[in-house]
Amino acid sequence: MTAALLDQPPGGPPAQAEDAPRVLARGLSKVDRVFHASARSVGVFVLVLTGSIGVFLGYQMIPTIHRYGWSFFTENRWVPQLNVFGISSAVVGTIQVAVMALAIAFPLALMTALFITEYAPRRLQSWFISLVDLMSAVPSILFGAWAVAALQPHALFIARWISRWFGWIPIFKVPSAPGGPGAAAFSQHSFALSPFIAAIAVSMMVIPLACSVMRNVFSQAPIGEREAAYALGSTRWGMIRAVVLPFGRRGIIGGTMLGLGRALGETVAVLLIISLDFGLKVRVLENGTVTISSLIANNFGDASPAQLSALLAAGFVLFLMTLAVNTGAAVIISRSRSGEGLDV
Amino acid sequence: MAMTEPDRIEQVEAELGEPVTIAPDRPAMTPPTTVVQEPAKTAIHGARLDAHNVSAWFGNNKVLDRVSLSMPPATVTALIGPSGCGKSTFLRILNRMHESVATAKLSGEVRLNGEDIYAPEARITETRKRIGMVFQKPNPFPAMSIGDNVTAGLKLTGQKIGRSERDALIEDCLQRGGLWAEVKDRLNEPGGALSGGQQQRLCIARSLAVNPDVLLMDEPCSALDPTSTRRIEETISMLRDQVTIVIVTHNMQQAARVSQQCAFFLAEQGTPGGIVEAGSTEDIFERPRDPRTADYVNGRFG
Repeated sequence: MTAALLDQPPGGPPAQAEDAPRVLARGLSKVDRVFHASARSVGVFVLVLTGSIGVFLGYQMIPTIHRYGWSFFTENRWVPQLNVFGISSAVVGTIQVAVMALAIAFPLALMTALFITEYAPRRLQSWFISLVDLMSAVPSILFGAWAVAALQPHALFIARWISRWFGWIPIFKVPSAPGGPGAAAFSQHSFALSPFIAAIAVSMMVIPLACSVMRNVFSQAPIGEREAAYALGSTRWGMIRAVVLPFGRRGIIGGTMLGLGRALGETVAVLLIISLDFGLKVRVLENGTVTISSLIANNFGDASPAQLSALLAAGFVLFLMTLAVNTGAAVIISRSRSGEGLDV
Repeated sequence: MAMTEPDRIEQVEAELGEPVTIAPDRPAMTPPTTVVQEPAKTAIHGARLDAHNVSAWFGNNKVLDRVSLSMPPATVTALIGPSGCGKSTFLRILNRMHESVATAKLSGEVRLNGEDIYAPEARITETRKRIGMVFQKPNPFPAMSIGDNVTAGLKLTGQKIGRSERDALIEDCLQRGGLWAEVKDRLNEPGGALSGGQQQRLCIARSLAVNPDVLLMDEPCSALDPTSTRRIEETISMLRDQVTIVIVTHNMQQAARVSQQCAFFLAEQGTPGGIVEAGSTEDIFERPRDPRTADYVNGRFG
C-alpha cells in the first residue's frame, strides 16, 4: 500500500481507479483498407454464390416433393412417360461407382505417393509429381473415351474372371451371363457396360487428387523421427511404417475422402460407359446402372419444367452428399498433426 | 552394484596414480536418485571404434579433412569445437547417418572392433543397430506409448520378443536411461506427452534396447534445462562401462564433467574441419599443447 499512498489525494479515501480495457486506434493505411475491403467482398461473394446454389437446388425440392411425394426418394425408376420419378437406384448407383472407384484408386494413390516421397530418385521426384498432377488436367471425357476404346476390351476379362471365381459373393454375381464351360457362351455384352468399368475410369480421376494430398502429408513427416528410426537400424520400409504412415494417417483418410467427393460427382466418363438401368441392384460387374449425375445429364435436354425441378432436386441430394464428404475430409485433415498448414 | 561419484574418482585416481583435479566450476554430482540394480555385468561392455583418415564432403564442399580418432570402450569421448567445425558430421559418419544426405560423400575408414563399417559386405542396418545415436532434439515416436518407444528398435529390426521379456527389457532400459521412476506407472501414455528432458532420456532408453556397442550423442542436452541436463549427465556416467560413448557438446563444463577423452575440432576460415588436438580430458583442459585449444577451452573464442 505504500506505493498507492503516494497517489492518494490528501484527506479523502483512495479513489477507485477505472480499470477497463483501453480502446486502441486501428491505424490501417488507405492501401490496406482498400485491399481489406476488396478481399472481403470477394470472399463473401464466393460464400454467397455457393450458398445460393445450395438454396436454389434445395428450393426445387419443394415442388418435387409436393408433386411426387416422399416416394421420390424410394422409387427406383425414372420414367417420364409414366410420370414416375424416383432416385433410389441413382443414389445406390452413385455410391456403388464411387466406392468402387475409391477401392481401385486408394492403393494406387497410396503407393504412388509413398514411391514419390520415399523411394524415387531425388532428381526424378519433381517429374513424377508433375506427371501425376498432369493426370488431373486430363478432361474427364478423355478418360471416358479411353475407357471405352482401350480399357473395356481388356477389363471384360478381369470382370469375367472375378465373376467366375467370386460369383458366389452376391455383388460379383452376373446372372445374365450364360454360364457353362462353352467358351462361346461367354457373352461380353453382360460385362461391357458395367459400373465396374465406369469405376476404373473414375478412379483415374481420383488418383491424382488423393495422391497429391497424401504426398504433401508424407513429405512433412518430421526428419527427426525419420532419423530416429534409421539410427535404430530400421530399413526404409520399417521407417515408413513407424514414422511416415502414422504421421500421415489422417492425411491418407482425408485425401481419400476428397477423392470420394470427386468420384460422387463424376458424370461424363460414367455416362459414356454404362448402360442406363434403373434396377435397384448392387451387382457391380453386370451391365447397367445409373448415377445421379448421369441421370441428370441424360434427361436434362428434353425435360418438362416439372421434370427439370425433379432433376434439380436429385442434384440437391448429390450436392449434400458431396458437401458432407468434403467437409468431413477437411475436418479430418485439419485436425491432424500433419495437416496443419495444408490447404485442401 | 551402483557406483557413486566419489568411488569413481577414487578408481580413476588409482588407475592414473595421481589425484584427480576437478574443475572449479564442476558442480557436486549427486548420486542417481534411483538406485539402479545394475545387471551382473562387471565386465566392460562396448566396442572399440576407430576412425581412420576420414574426410567428408557435401557436394564439392569439403567439410572434414583426414580425421583419425580412437574411441576405446569404457570411455566417454567428447568432441568439442566451435559451430561448423565438422564434429557433428564426424559423429554422423560413425554410424553411417552421414550418407542419408543426398549430396554427402566421404573417404577413409571407420572400424568397429577392427571391421570397417563402410566395407561393401557390411550391412547398413546392422551397423546402425550396433552403433546407436541420440540426437540434439529429442525425437521419440509421438504416437507410440512410452513402452512401445523403448522397444521400437526391436520391432523396426524385425526382432520378436515375448511379453514378459518385453516388460523386463522396458524396465531395464528405462532404469539405465534414468527415467524408470518417473514413468513406471504410465508406460501406456504416449511418448510425446513427456517433458523435453524426459523425452531425451526416453530416446536414450530406446537406443539401449537394441543393445548397441556404441552410443553416439549429438549435443543431447542443448535443448534441455539445467536439471534435465544434469540427469542426462548422470545417465552418461552410469552407462560408461556398458557402452562406448561419443558425445558432441558445445558446453565446455559438460565435456569436462562427463568425458575421459576429448578431441578438439576446428575449421579455420575457408578450410575443412579437422582435429587440432586430442587426448585425455584432463590434458585438453589443464595442459593443452596447442594455443588454439587453450583459447577455446578457456572461452577466449568460439
